[in-house]
Amino acid sequence: MGPRAEVLLWLAQRASAAVLAACVAIHLATMIYAVQGGLSAAEILGRTRGNVSWLAFYAVFVLAAAIHAPIGMRSVIREIVGWRSRSLDLALCAFAVAIAWLGWRAIAGLFR
Amino acid sequence: MSLAARLRGRTHAAYIAFLIHRLSGIGLAVFLPLHFLALGQAIQGPQALDGFLDWSRQPLVKAAEAGLVLLLAAHLTGGLRVLAIEAGSTRAMTRAVISLGLAASLAIALMFLLGVWS
Amino acid sequence: MAEAVATLAVSVWRGGAEGRFVGYAVPRRANQTVLDVVTYIQQRLDPGLSYRFACRVGMCGSCAMTVNGRPRWTCRTHVARVAGADGRIEIAPLANLPVIKDLACDLSAFFDKWAAARGSFVGTRTRRDDFARVSPAAPQRRAVDAAIECIGCAVCYAACDVVAWNPDYLGPAALNRAWTLVNDERDGAERARLSAVAGDAACHACHSHQSCTEHCPKSLSPTSSIAGLKRRTGLAALTGKI
Repeated sequence: MGPRAEVLLWLAQRASAAVLAACVAIHLATMIYAVQGGLSAAEILGRTRGNVSWLAFYAVFVLAAAIHAPIGMRSVIREIVGWRSRSLDLALCAFAVAIAWLGWRAIAGLFR
Repeated sequence: MSLAARLRGRTHAAYIAFLIHRLSGIGLAVFLPLHFLALGQAIQGPQALDGFLDWSRQPLVKAAEAGLVLLLAAHLTGGLRVLAIEAGSTRAMTRAVISLGLAASLAIALMFLLGVWS
Repeated sequence: MAEAVATLAVSVWRGGAEGRFVGYAVPRRANQTVLDVVTYIQQRLDPGLSYRFACRVGMCGSCAMTVNGRPRWTCRTHVARVAGADGRIEIAPLANLPVIKDLACDLSAFFDKWAAARGSFVGTRTRRDDFARVSPAAPQRRAVDAAIECIGCAVCYAACDVVAWNPDYLGPAALNRAWTLVNDERDGAERARLSAVAGDAACHACHSHQSCTEHCPKSLSPTSSIAGLKRRTGLAALTGKI
């Protein structure tokens, strides 16, 4: 990977971090509000089923996390394990796809 | 050089902030796929989801959830600090900002814990 | 310090990469630097001890060593600052650099990285041109002022964990130097320099540990300089300049 690609990775990680900062703040506030008095499936699904703005918010949240986490893990693995070859970048692409797939699948389940 | 001597140059607040940021980041990266997998399994229908929610009412699970909230909040506040430093803020490099971020994360985790325990 | 012991118990690294700490007893004085202690050992106790120094007044940057686990400029570090009442001091060569012998390290990699970061000025004028007039109040000039007093002692390089984790990393001093040149309006090599300081072996590897800033004897903030390079190279990557 050349310096330009590495700079773009850094930019992608910081941009996704800015998106995540807003998403995580809303997610934490919602959680703290929603868990009061216990959770039930009816209550959760009542909020999420057919709610398009909820769907859009969490779709963006999952996408930002799928970009952010693998780039962060790239630094961690390169520095601590010393795995620096192209195979690491491919493995992390697979990790990104896995997060996006699993996340969107879970959201779709709550939306339907 | 002894281990204690090696640690001596790594006790400044910014280094501790880095350690918290890195460990919380690794923790979240490991937890995230599990979180999505569990949710995906639980959403086979309202019964499955209620079963999952019943399971999560155990004290140990509640405590673990609060721990995850703490990781998320700490990574959020630490990340905002890193973004501010890279945007050119020298104030974000101070110990006061690090303490404020940690205090805020602990407060968020406690608020969650109180809510989930009531 | 009336209650302090009269003799310092000094452990000094002897040997190369393989070696051991050797203990020396050095008389404690009221006004004594760590460099004074090392010099005492070399002149009175063991003439075979190798170490490096030149100016003794904090200008040349050649006497840096690891003192009680922290990289320091030894000529301006008083014993009273590093030794407690028990008078124990551990003196080792700088970390992250190959040890030649005892307290002397090979700084080739450190200075090669300054060159790799394009750390030298590239002029655009000839001797027939007039002087460049740079306003001291200009933001770019002020950014240079904040970073220019580096003496090249390698304390930041030894303090930096990213250097240890990523051997290709250019390190705080080289990147700090590049930042002063990126902000020098007379310099003509900005594009090449931004390419040299971008990416995983350069400014984007920095995690803002602030160990460099914490330990810099000149109280500079390489962390801030590197943050500046991240912004400048980020912009250059987006506009296709690198």
